[in-house]
Amino acid sequence: MSDVKFSKEHEWLKVEGDVATIGITKHATEMLGDIVFVELPDIGTSIEKDGTAGVVESTKAASDVYTPISGEVVENNQSIVDDPAKINSDPENEAWFFKLKIKDKSEIDSLMNKEEYDKFAKESVS
Amino acid sequence: MEIKKTSLNKLHQEYQAKFVEFAGYEMPIQYKEGIIEEHKFTRNQSGIFDVSHMGQLFIYGKEDLVEDLEKIFPLDLKNLKLNHSKYSFLMNDAAGIHDDLIITKIEDGFLIILNAACKENDFKILNQLLNNKYKMVLDEKRSLIAIQGPKSAEILNQIINNTINLSFMTGSWFKYENQKIFVTRSGYTGEDGFEISVHNDLAEQFTKELINKGAKLIGLGARDTLRLEAGLCLYGHELNIKKTPIESNLKWAMSKERISNGGFIGSKTILEQLTNGIKQIRVGIKPEGKIIARQKTKIFNDSESIIGEVTSGTFGPSVNGPVAMGYVDNQFSKKDTKVFLEIRGKKYPANICGLPFYKKSYVKGANK
Repeated sequence: MSDVKFSKEHEWLKVEGDVATIGITKHATEMLGDIVFVELPDIGTSIEKDGTAGVVESTKAASDVYTPISGEVVENNQSIVDDPAKINSDPENEAWFFKLKIKDKSEIDSLMNKEEYDKFAKESVS
Repeated sequence: MEIKKTSLNKLHQEYQAKFVEFAGYEMPIQYKEGIIEEHKFTRNQSGIFDVSHMGQLFIYGKEDLVEDLEKIFPLDLKNLKLNHSKYSFLMNDAAGIHDDLIITKIEDGFLIILNAACKENDFKILNQLLNNKYKMVLDEKRSLIAIQGPKSAEILNQIINNTINLSFMTGSWFKYENQKIFVTRSGYTGEDGFEISVHNDLAEQFTKELINKGAKLIGLGARDTLRLEAGLCLYGHELNIKKTPIESNLKWAMSKERISNGGFIGSKTILEQLTNGIKQIRVGIKPEGKIIARQKTKIFNDSESIIGEVTSGTFGPSVNGPVAMGYVDNQFSKKDTKVFLEIRGKKYPANICGLPFYKKSYVKGANK
């Protein structure tokens, strides 16, 4: 899957045309533990690269979700709001968080590919 | 300061624990299966908790020790039977809580189980209050292992015969591998269970036997969700030096006679608060929907005034929803009072509720 990119904040991003689907990585879910609550950005909001775009909460703590690129939210995944456990079971597929209409495609270039991210994730484990 | 490890540290690693630092100890927050599974396993089967970081304070003495301890604790210790335990607290003159604890009458004195973060300070305070009169040992050579959940009695009894006959909040010495171990029927999850004080050398072997009989290691994460569902206080959250037992709604843990007769540290404040009332009291809080209110979340009434603060909040796996405890102004402490929780700048509705969130299933003994 060469079209999937990753951020240092442990989000993944998949581009189809001018829309990007964004979620959190399996590695992120493993660090968070059981996810029990999620808050997503509303459809129609514009969010800036590295800005807050939601919250995930595990039994232990709350963590912000960031957007790796700028854009306008065109869809959000209500099924993970209803059943946050899906994020643990299928984080990089069914449990996507939101879709963005991409504002500036060049922002994607600075993100990591799978190989780079795996290495980064391995090193960032304390 | 170097991080301390319990005798079960190697075993935690074998079971792929994620570690956190807690009160200077490296402790497992969870294992491979995660907090929710661990929580449910404890409620349905039997969970093992390494609580060896907690203090096991032995104080040796006879009748004069009983008298001296009654000047400290709001308990009727003169009538506390051998091997019987009571939940209590160490207070200052203003009835502020230094620590909450379990005190058990043993043959040659008392055994007091203290919170890990407070134990050194408790030792100093108690030693001072008792004027160095008694032999006091904060025993680091013993581990403390809790086994909690409906299958625990059966599992433990296969390893140590007759433990199944203990009644709730009593204990006794048993033999394990030719060593004396102290077993009490108690715990802090809202489930039936036991706490076992065993020599460090045998702690791992003993725990492995529990695992072989079907119990599983459970981390501090699930310990927190279990005790919160059970409506039990955690020091540093619900309890601290600025809260009294009346404010923390723990009046039940004090002897009625002792309260009216006084003569223990903090007794004046307690009597005064009972007479004149208090400003805030600890309550259960049930957020509507799925939103989780963490410690320090501000609580508002319906006219936007701050009326209190959350002290603990999480997702309760057995309740299958968010649960919280906190302090609110007295007039808002009635069950079903509607309040609002400010979370990330927005206000969410919640209701004051009775505790526990999850019904306890302690086994009551005949000789209580």
